[in-house]
Amino acid sequence: MLNDQEVTLYDVTSSDTLLDYLRLDQRLRGTKEGCAEGDCGACTVLIGRLGQNGLIYESVNACIRFVASLDGCHVVTVEHLRGRDGRLHPVQQALVDEHGSQCGFCTPGFVMSLYGLWMRSAHPAVEEVEQALQGNLCRCTGYEPIIKAAHAISSHGSPEMDVLVEERKRMTGILTSWDDETGVEIKSDTDHFFLPANVDDLSHLLQQYPKATIVAGSTDVGLWVTKFMRAITPAVFIGNLKQLHRIDTDADGITLGAGVTYSDFTEVVAKYFPQMNEFWSRIGGEQVRNMGTIGGNIANGSPIGDTPPALIALGATITVRRAADRRSLPLQDYFIAYGEQDRKPGEFLESIHIPFLDPDDHFAVHKISKRRDEDISSVCGSFRISLQSNTVTSVVLAFGGMAATPKRAAAAESALIGQAWNESAVDKAVAAMAEDFQPISDMRASASYRALVAGNLLKRFYRETIGESPRIQRIQVA
Amino acid sequence: MSSKSTPSIAGRVGTSQPHDSGSKHVTGQAIYVDDISEPIGTLHAYLGLSQVAHGEIAAVDFSATLASAGVLGVLTANDIPGHNDVSPTGKLDDPIFAVDKVEFYGQPVFAVVAETRDQARRAAHAAKITYRELPHAIDVETALAANYPNVTEPLTLKRGDADAGLKNAPHSLTGRMEVGGQDHFYLEGHIAFALPGEDDDVTVHSSTQHPSEVQHMVAHVLGVPSNAVTILARRMGGGFGGKETQPNLFAAVAAVAAKKYNRAVKIRPDRDDDMIATGKRHDFVNSYEVGYDDDGRILAVRGNFAARCGFSADLSGPVTDRALFHADNCYFYPDVELQSQPLKTNTVSNTAFRGFGGPQGLIIAERIVEEIAYALNKDPLEIRRLNFYGGEGRDITPYHQTVRDNIIERLVDELETSSDYQNRRRAIIEFNQNNSIIRKGIALMPVKFGISFTATWYNQAGALVHVYNDGSIHLNHGGTEMGQGLNTKVAQVVADEFQVDLEHIKITATATDKVANTSATAASSGSDLNGMAAANACFQIKDRLISFAVEEYGVDPADVLFSANTVVLGERTLSFPEFIKAAYMARVQLSAAGFYKTPDIHWDREKGTGQPFYYFAYGAAVSEVSIDTLTGEYQVDRTDILHDVGRSLNPALDKGQVEGAFIQGMGWLTTEELWWDEKGQLRTHAPSTYKIPLASDRPRIFNVELADWSENARPTIRRSKAVGEPPFMLGVSVLEALSMAVASVGNYATCPRLDSPATPERVLFAVERMRTGEQ
Repeated sequence: MLNDQEVTLYDVTSSDTLLDYLRLDQRLRGTKEGCAEGDCGACTVLIGRLGQNGLIYESVNACIRFVASLDGCHVVTVEHLRGRDGRLHPVQQALVDEHGSQCGFCTPGFVMSLYGLWMRSAHPAVEEVEQALQGNLCRCTGYEPIIKAAHAISSHGSPEMDVLVEERKRMTGILTSWDDETGVEIKSDTDHFFLPANVDDLSHLLQQYPKATIVAGSTDVGLWVTKFMRAITPAVFIGNLKQLHRIDTDADGITLGAGVTYSDFTEVVAKYFPQMNEFWSRIGGEQVRNMGTIGGNIANGSPIGDTPPALIALGATITVRRAADRRSLPLQDYFIAYGEQDRKPGEFLESIHIPFLDPDDHFAVHKISKRRDEDISSVCGSFRISLQSNTVTSVVLAFGGMAATPKRAAAAESALIGQAWNESAVDKAVAAMAEDFQPISDMRASASYRALVAGNLLKRFYRETIGESPRIQRIQVA
Repeated sequence: MSSKSTPSIAGRVGTSQPHDSGSKHVTGQAIYVDDISEPIGTLHAYLGLSQVAHGEIAAVDFSATLASAGVLGVLTANDIPGHNDVSPTGKLDDPIFAVDKVEFYGQPVFAVVAETRDQARRAAHAAKITYRELPHAIDVETALAANYPNVTEPLTLKRGDADAGLKNAPHSLTGRMEVGGQDHFYLEGHIAFALPGEDDDVTVHSSTQHPSEVQHMVAHVLGVPSNAVTILARRMGGGFGGKETQPNLFAAVAAVAAKKYNRAVKIRPDRDDDMIATGKRHDFVNSYEVGYDDDGRILAVRGNFAARCGFSADLSGPVTDRALFHADNCYFYPDVELQSQPLKTNTVSNTAFRGFGGPQGLIIAERIVEEIAYALNKDPLEIRRLNFYGGEGRDITPYHQTVRDNIIERLVDELETSSDYQNRRRAIIEFNQNNSIIRKGIALMPVKFGISFTATWYNQAGALVHVYNDGSIHLNHGGTEMGQGLNTKVAQVVADEFQVDLEHIKITATATDKVANTSATAASSGSDLNGMAAANACFQIKDRLISFAVEEYGVDPADVLFSANTVVLGERTLSFPEFIKAAYMARVQLSAAGFYKTPDIHWDREKGTGQPFYYFAYGAAVSEVSIDTLTGEYQVDRTDILHDVGRSLNPALDKGQVEGAFIQGMGWLTTEELWWDEKGQLRTHAPSTYKIPLASDRPRIFNVELADWSENARPTIRRSKAVGEPPFMLGVSVLEALSMAVASVGNYATCPRLDSPATPERVLFAVERMRTGEQ
């Protein structure tokens, strides 16, 4: 569904983006292209999909979302918003009243992000608003009037009167009727892609096409197309596979399917790994968290990979599968070298297992970036330590941004193991890190900054374990 | 001003009105250039960019490009019928397509024309160009070392005897500050859409702040008279100076292709190419020497302002000039000598950006204050007050203009009180004594900004007003809308003049065939110039209407009163449409071209003296920050601003300008970092790598007030003041607050000399310097 229109496509290719489809094919030009890499939010639209708890609408970046991934979804663009009697929608009215637009180019994207927020939280706290807008850039207003507008939306109408909310039942019925678990294959002279019916189907397809591009949230693969003009054919789109969205909890820990998005996992983080709450909300922007998957974050082998350092510290293992063969390995062993992972042709990442923390363990993850939110880490450090009578019995110090892969600081770990957990031991571990890492200088940070900060993060972790953790306090406003 | 007893119109001057396009913005109905319906057969052009920073073109192979799907052809310099140049200052140093030699990484060498944009873009990347590389110099230091020339004439401002002043001063110090550049990051990138006409004619929709210049440049490139070229600009998705000269190239390429293929042609670079191939704010390396007395009174200043200008002049002359014009900020320098150094570098040619060099000059005045304050162990605010312009013989700028409208003391006093600055500063010093990891800082700083183009001839504007015989009004003027709400403000002026509700004024696209020879919408001058020109057009029509009324209704001219959608004619009152209809029937001309030029300004660049500015706009800000001394991360906790817009035409829009400018200034000085690799390639060329502020970066406590008591001492439109640029510099308060937080690590004994942008990395290394006592 596109707004209130049912769409069937035959001549779509694997690399067609939703944004180009909207602007060029459908001539819906309210949705803008600002960056074509999922970082500015001018192209924000809502996607309705059937999740574990029924129909949900999430903001996404149309610029890096592939049309092929939208089978059975409801795409909602700014043109669909309307209030009663042809008036402005409450979100729109609030923005006009608070002078929330100046040049107006980013505005439709802000409208859609605020709309998504308002549907689930009609009276949001300032933190919620800031978080919902992490993926939307405005260069004119300085954001103040937009934040005011976000708080004023409900004074113009309640979500119950909203068109999407009103039609939720009907739309759920439509999407459910399309949810028939049949696979899709579309092939032309130059392009070939699949929407597998289920995970078994996926495994067969990858046996047949071992070099196929696996596309989950497309927050990375999307850029291969929009930035580097790479062909991704043959492609297999796995975003719709329900089995890969499963999150299972047992006595030992959590097992999550490779298709679980950051947003899907937020509640689990809050419940079982609250030490990661702040970190989790700083991965990407809202749109990227709604699209991007933890499995994709691992599988693409980024040297920074925000989640891998944390998952390595937590002792996560992954299961990769080829046909019916599954093998499990510790996550840290998956990363072999820059651009090289332990995944053989035809294999795919199926699930990730995260053991629960021992209640006595100390665990933390810290992300350092030039801009606090929606920025790629210059350094990401995650630490876990077990102590017996203040002696270190086990320790994991995992870093992103310090080497060609997410990597443990082996020398620093050995400097700590068996030692008393105190400042001088930590200082020795920090000094040993020079053996572990020779970071690079690039546009995100210099090598010397990375090295200094990596050590300081360990010092911070030490202080946290002894109950001191001074951090910058966010100003609380009424 | 209307008194309380007279009925009022909706949308009069001085009231907060929403942006005229607000409803269209939020519904996605506002049309930007890329949203215009294309005629069938529209082609798309895409630029091919150089991949070395400096080199001779050895060989060019377009075979793969030409064989690509959908390609009609490749355009190079040979395809340009007129001049291969878009230099805005007539220096002929700005080729559209490089010939023989490239001078920066990302310089356009050719363009591909294809049936779709995607095809053109892919084909452009298929070209194979080989270069004989030459040594390159991408920044000020390497350019100086390699004896690179200036791209344009430097400027010296001099008053008194700086040598003697420095020699005789009881104290003196020298310093150096690197001031970073900035990408505009307008959300709508560059774009032009050309439609060929008959004869030599071409019409171009351009996202431009300067339609007349685009017109003249397209004519120059096509080798046709300006009357063959029409430029249309309804709105931009942001400009900030980035669309003053930079649209010329895109419009010219689209126009050349449109004429060559006789089809409509659109050109839109992707975000990366936009950031790589178009100019930015100049970064500077500034050095200063200051002499001062025991109290902190500045006695003499010498400053050198070296700018990375890029491979051509573009606007670097006036930009570096404006840096010098603002190197005093609000402070009197008894003996002073300031020198600009507009250096050539192998980088994209830097250009206009909100403040136009002013911020890069002003920041040195603030650094000097900081240096003196730390040297004397005083609150920088005390040093500021001591040095404010004012008093006998202490009101002359380095360019010999007398500061006559100074209100900075009152602004600073009021802000100091309203923000509770003194108590908060004390509390912060105490906080810092009790906390080792988290440190805080606070800074209150003033801004004075000169209003007028220093290119004096630019200070003119035209407007075209039609009153149709149904009483509806069509407004057109030479200014462009980039989000600042210029059209709304000018429409309010027209509504006020005719005393009709704002909704009766139709705002139309800026068009070079309606108003000719316009100036760029820049230098914050939009409402000053165009508001006056529109008012002038209204005066002309009203004069004719009053003459008509005198004749037709036998009333005294003084008894013709335009009032709240009516016209009062002595005893009789007609609705505005009735009156207009009557005037039309009596064959009164209801259309006028208005004109305005700023009076009283002059500037002798050779001598470095004159009155380049009609007036000054002022403001003051106090920012409080927290830093993390383990990581260098920081947060702006609170900002209070008191800003002077004279008598505001529209307080809501003015406040929006102040808030937006502050955040943009904060971004310039904090997270927005331009980074080139050793090959001279800009590596921060998209929002993934170039970080402008987000909603969560704004101070959560953000108190912004307009000084409602202020009115322009000059007879500007309704005694208002320009607002676009001046508040940008209020962002300096953030840099200085960061500096104080860093200085606390060294017990405030040393000025941290924080360069900009103060990324977490720079902050952390400054903290380390404080710890180790290194300089």
